[in-house]
Order: sequence, then structure tokens, then C-alpha cells
Amino acid sequence: MNPPLLIGAGGPVIPNFGGSSHQFACEKANRLFCWDWFNHNWSTTLWPALRQHVVLVVIAVALGFAVSMGLALLAHRYRRTEQPMIAFTSFLYTIPSLAFFELLVGIPALGLSFWTAEIPLIAYTLLILFRNILAGLRNVPTEVLDSARGMGMSRRQMLLQVELPLALPAIIAGLRIATVSTVALATIAAVVDNQGLGVPIISGIDNYYFKTELIAAGVLAVLLAIAADSLLVGTKRLLTPWTRTRAV
Amino acid sequence: MASTLGNDASSAVSNPIGGDASSALELELRNVQKRYPGRREAAIPDLSLTVPAGEVCVLVGPSGSGKTTAMRLINRMIPLTGGDILLGGRSVLERQETELRREIGYVIQQVGLFPHQTVQENIATVPRLLGWPKDRIDRRVSELLELISLDPTEVGRRYPHQLSGGQRQRVGVARALAADPPLLLMDEPFGAIDPINRATLQDGFLALQEMVRKTVVFVTHDIDEAIKMGDRIAILREGGTLAQYAPPAEILERPADEFVADFVGADRALKRLGLATLADVRLPPMNGDEPVGDVPLTMSVRDALAAVLAAGGRPLRVMSSDGEVRGLATLDAIGHVFDGSSEALSEASPAGRAADEQA
Amino acid sequence: MITNFVDAFKFIFRNGQIPGQPHFTTLTYYALGTLKVTLIAMAISLVIALPLGVWLGHRHRGSFIAINIGNIGRALPSLVVLAIASAFLGIGLNEVLVALVVLAIPPIVTNAYVAIDEVDRDLVDAARGMGMTDWQVLRQVELPVAIPLLMAGVRTATLFVISTTTIAAFAGYGDSLGEVVANEASYHLYGLLGASICIAALAMAIEVGLALLQRALTPVPLRRAEALAMTDETLVPALSGV
Repeated sequence: MNPPLLIGAGGPVIPNFGGSSHQFACEKANRLFCWDWFNHNWSTTLWPALRQHVVLVVIAVALGFAVSMGLALLAHRYRRTEQPMIAFTSFLYTIPSLAFFELLVGIPALGLSFWTAEIPLIAYTLLILFRNILAGLRNVPTEVLDSARGMGMSRRQMLLQVELPLALPAIIAGLRIATVSTVALATIAAVVDNQGLGVPIISGIDNYYFKTELIAAGVLAVLLAIAADSLLVGTKRLLTPWTRTRAV
Repeated sequence: MASTLGNDASSAVSNPIGGDASSALELELRNVQKRYPGRREAAIPDLSLTVPAGEVCVLVGPSGSGKTTAMRLINRMIPLTGGDILLGGRSVLERQETELRREIGYVIQQVGLFPHQTVQENIATVPRLLGWPKDRIDRRVSELLELISLDPTEVGRRYPHQLSGGQRQRVGVARALAADPPLLLMDEPFGAIDPINRATLQDGFLALQEMVRKTVVFVTHDIDEAIKMGDRIAILREGGTLAQYAPPAEILERPADEFVADFVGADRALKRLGLATLADVRLPPMNGDEPVGDVPLTMSVRDALAAVLAAGGRPLRVMSSDGEVRGLATLDAIGHVFDGSSEALSEASPAGRAADEQA
Repeated sequence: MITNFVDAFKFIFRNGQIPGQPHFTTLTYYALGTLKVTLIAMAISLVIALPLGVWLGHRHRGSFIAINIGNIGRALPSLVVLAIASAFLGIGLNEVLVALVVLAIPPIVTNAYVAIDEVDRDLVDAARGMGMTDWQVLRQVELPVAIPLLMAGVRTATLFVISTTTIAAFAGYGDSLGEVVANEASYHLYGLLGASICIAALAMAIEVGLALLQRALTPVPLRRAEALAMTDETLVPALSGV
């Protein structure tokens, strides 16, 4: 259901998403945050929005990571491709989010849909992920590579057993940045695809009187970002035991 | 620094690792040439030498002499542009690169231990690549750790950054020995270590080599290290030509040309003294004088000379390890070591034999 | 599909007018409006954030704050900041500027901090040893070397600001290109596309301008082809895993 984007509308508009016409006391009292409204509308509005948001972000980062990994491995092998790839991913990054979303709306195959939102989100992750994966691979000390090769590892074995594991800290750092940024950017995706936490935020944005919806969704978005970041930090600690201790 | 590499292990381990020289192979470089594209001069124009199985061959020379290049040609880290290299009679060119390298131990100066793996996992690298069963790998890793005097339970699970420089070097050697290769390549392995610990590491390696008897190609720029470590020394000139290939004693006594003589150093007579111990010298018997101090029979003649000088030139009493008096170390006796008279040098030492040949 | 984009370009050439409709505000006006807001917001942000980041980096202090402010800034959805600003302050140029400054400061501070902090200590040491004062070291050694990473932060911030300015239209701020995008009813799809193309073009033009500025500021020996890359992210904090 598409909540109307009321721009400059006057008068208090308290979001009513159908169903209950119950009005809470705090709504009328117009305090900053109405817990009753929150609790009542959690399952109908906020929780679905949160779920959709998570889906948006996870798919964007996962696909972005897959593409970036492919590009980075190519650039690692064929150095000449690095500059063009950086230029390309930077180019995508430069397109302001709103413009990017809207331009894809112009493509009939996409229109207003899930993928209209996803493609720009994926595109924005490419630059940071590509650069970090590549930097991580490049930062493997040369003597480690030399000894690995000298011991008889094939190229593939070197990549899988030595280079990628050692690149993990940089890769995960990139994933953190990409994920947090995507959580924030996905709120704008609501403009073209009626999903995610952006929906309650946008509908609440010009509502001067009732701010609970906006605050609730906004806080949820930030909490989601923090949660995702912490999850990734934990993953990094798990996967890179050698970074846990200090040098002797 | 910990005790020498071999001593603890020989009592703890009943079967010495890789045991006999039969597991080592002969290495032959036959007209080896390395030419880089676009350069007029070849890095190595034509190098031929043979390292007998179980011996340590040291490649030594100034920078630009191609010693590291020559070593890296053996395990094909650098492609060969001419000639052939045979390991145990088989050309290295016949084999697949990665397969060949798994059969050659490789130790480099910065070690290159994998930072993301424990000591145990590092050592187990080649056995894992070769597909050994897990318990065989575990046993081998423990064996090797004990061999290099590191406690498997304590050090095994540590990461490289938690080890000292010397420990890392030893682990590097253990890692190279893990799959019991017939040939070991070492590129300035002790170069990054401070002199005191370096001596300990060198002694340790020599003790190890005593037990495992691998064919070793050892690269260094330090002539003293070459003399200490090598059964044979290959001196390379700038431009990659072989100046002389011979055991240390021969190089010290009869340097092939001026270059070798210069490279070995003007003090080569003193270096020669370092090759023999007092046991190899015919010592004059005790006279009536009171000696001012004792020196052990196992001391090198060079160190004995230093001790006598420190004592103001006065003679020192030479004691064997079981407390017997063997004679006097005098300036005179030491001074006549090389004059070809068989009175001063007993025939047992290589230096003595060479002196006899000269006479 | 092509018709949509063709119409979009026609829309642009007509400077935002639609035949048969009453006079709309021109695209030029909106573009200039976007530019104006961006400039003011960046000016304010730079004045606040650059000295702060540079000083912290120079003193090698406050790394926790300097780096985490970047992380927090990244996590703040621009919409939320706009919404909060508009909800509490109303809608107008100043209120939007507040939101923009809040969003622009973090990347500038973080990058400036890291850029200066990570200047080779040996360089600084040598400079001090030659008798340079603190200020001279900063101006003649640290800043020039730090330009690439520092400018990367400025460029990132500028992109944020341009982006958010256009989004502000949804919060009621009408003087930017985003106003067109927010009014599909009036402008139709092709109008939206046209405005979006303008937004993208404007952003790229500014990017190129900043890249050239960066090149001009980088001391000649340090210039490499990389300096012309369109955008840099804060790579170093990323690598240090903070």
C-alpha cells in the first residue's frame, strides 16, 4: 500500500494504515515519541519494513561482493585492468542516489520494482569492495608469496590458502563500510520501490505533528547498521585468529 | 638463545630424521645459462658444478655474482635459458614445476612463514600438499619441532608474530625439511639475524646436517659463513662466472686467482687456522715453566692463537676433555703450522694433508 | 524505453518547460539552486571539519573519535537527518544546511585525520630535526603529502551533499533539481529522467573539478595517474579494520 507523499500538506496527519481506527492518547497529546503507537503498529508497519530493509541490504551487499570479488581477482591477475575498473566503479559511485534510482525507473523492464532499488545499491558497493579486496590481496608480504611458491603451491592453491585468508581483514573492513552505507542508502530506495524503512521515514518526513513513525524508523535504521557492523566485526575475529594477539 | 639444534633431539628421538645420505641426491649444474631478455650480458653465462649427495655447497660472491639467481634456477623459480640441472640424475626440466618444488626444501632470508597459520600448520605445509595422512603429518611436525629444540605443545600453536627472529628462522628450516626432501636450498637464511644468534643458528644447522645429511645449496655473501658451513665452496665472480669450486681448506691455501684471494681476505692464513683445532697440531710437551692458563684441546688453532696473544705470548697448557694434559700451546708451535714441516702439523687434519702435498 | 529518454533530453533542452503547460521554474534555476546549496554547505563544513581533522591528526590525538565519527556518519541515513531537521526546525535553506553540514562533516574529519596522522613519521622527524616549527612542518610537509586522502574525504562529502540536496525536495525544500523528481504528477516520467540526468551530470562535473583541484594541490613529484581517479573512499580506516 502506498502511503501518499504529502508535500507541504497542512494539518496533522496521523498515519493510519488501515485496520484499527483506535487513537492513542499520546498521539493527540503530540509528544515526541508515542510508545503506544509504536507498540501497536510494530507488527503491521515497522517490523515488515525492517524485514524488507534487511532483504534489500543483504542482497545488495552479497551481489556487490560477488561482483567485486570477480573484478578484483581479475585486476589482481591482469594489472592493466585495474585502472579501468576503478574508473568504472568510481563513475557509478558519483551518480547521486536519487538520480540513479530515477534513471532506472525510465527503463520499462524495471519501472518501480525491487531491482530498480537493488541495482544502484549494488553499484554503490562496488567501489569500496573492489578497492579493499584488491588492496588486501596486494598487501600480502612478498616473502610469504615467494616461500609459498617455492614450496610448490600452484597459483590456485596460493590464492585460496594464502592470499585470500591474509586479505580477509581488508575485505571485511570493506564489507563493513559497504553494509553500513547500504543500510543508509536503502532508505532512499523507498522512493522507487515501496519497501524498506524508507517508507515510514518518507511518509513521516513532512508530518510536522506526528514524529513517532519517523523516529522509530530512523532509529531502527541506525540500529540495523550498528548490528550489521558488529556482526561483521565478530565474523572477522572468528575468521582471523592470528590477528587476535599482539606481536611478541 | 636455546641450545644447539641437534643435541636435545638426538636423545629424545630414537630414529634420526630422514637418516642416511641415501635419501639425499646428487645435484649437477651442467652448462647452466641465465640470460635476461634485453640485456647484453648474461646473468650467468655458463656454470657447471656437481654437489655430491649429502654435502653442503656454499655459493658465495659479491652482489651481482648471480649466486641467488643460480639457486633459484635449481627449483625453477626462475626459468632456465640454457644448459640443464640434474637432481639425482633426473633433469629438473622434466618435472612439473610445483611437483619439483615440493621435493626441494626452500629457505629464504625473511623466512616467509605464513602469518595466518600456526607454527604447526606452517611446518605441515608441504606434507599437506603431498596428501599425507593427518596423523603422519602430526607426528612429523612434533619430530621436527623437537629437532629444532622447540617445545611442540608450547610453541606449536603459536603464530609467527609471536616468535622471536631466531625461532622463526628455525621454524623456517623445519618447514623446509618437513617432507624430507633430498635437496635443500637456503638463501642467506641467517642474514637477518644478529651475529651472536647467527653463530648459534649456524652451529645448530651444522649439527642438524650431521644427522640428516641432506644435499644443501647455501647462498651467502659472507666468506666466513661460507668457510664455516661448506663442505665445498663455489666462489662466483661478478658476471656470474665460477672462480673456484673447492673445499674451504683448498680455497684458503690455494686461491685460484687474485679475485679469490681478495675475496677470501688478506687474513686467509688466520682463517685457515680456524679450520683446525689444537688436536690437529703436534704440541710440544710440558717444560718446567708454569703455564699461565689452560685451553681445551677442541679449541680452534685460531682461537688458541688469540688466547696465547692475550696471555702476552706465554704458553698455555692444553687440556683434553677428560682432564689430561696434552702439551703446550706456544706461539712457536702455532707459528710453524703452515711451513710445510710435518713436525708442527699432525696428518689428521685436512690442513695438514694439504701442507704435506705442498711440501 | 528510448522514447522516455529522448523525451527526457528534450525536456532538458527546453530548460524544464513542458509545451502546453504554464511556465515552470527553469532547470537552470534548479541547477544553480543545487549548486548554491552545495557550495554553502561545503564551505561551512570545510571550515569546521578540516581544521579539526587536520589538527587532531597532527597531534595524533583523538583517533577514536575521529575515526568513529566517520562510521557514525556513514550509518546516518540522509533522509533521517533531513527529516529530523525539518521536523524540529522547519523547512528552509538554513534548516537544510544544518542537515547537510551534519552529513558532510564526518567524512571530512575522518579523512583529514587519517591523512595527516599517517604521514610518514620519519618525514616529520627529519623536518623537525632541520629546525622547522610545528606550523611549518604542518604546512610544508604534512599537508602536501596528505592531500590525496584528504581530498578524497572532501569529494566524498561533496557527493553526499549533492545527493542529499536533491533528496531534500522530499522534505519540502524546493529549490533544487530534486524538486522536479519529487513531482512526477506535474513533470511526468520523462521530466524526472531529465532532471536525474542533470543531477548526475552536475555531480560529475563537480567531481572532475575537484579531481583537477586535487591534482593542482598535489606536489608534482607525488602526482600519479591515480590522482585523476574519479572518487576515492576512505581506504585507510578500512584497512586498519577500525
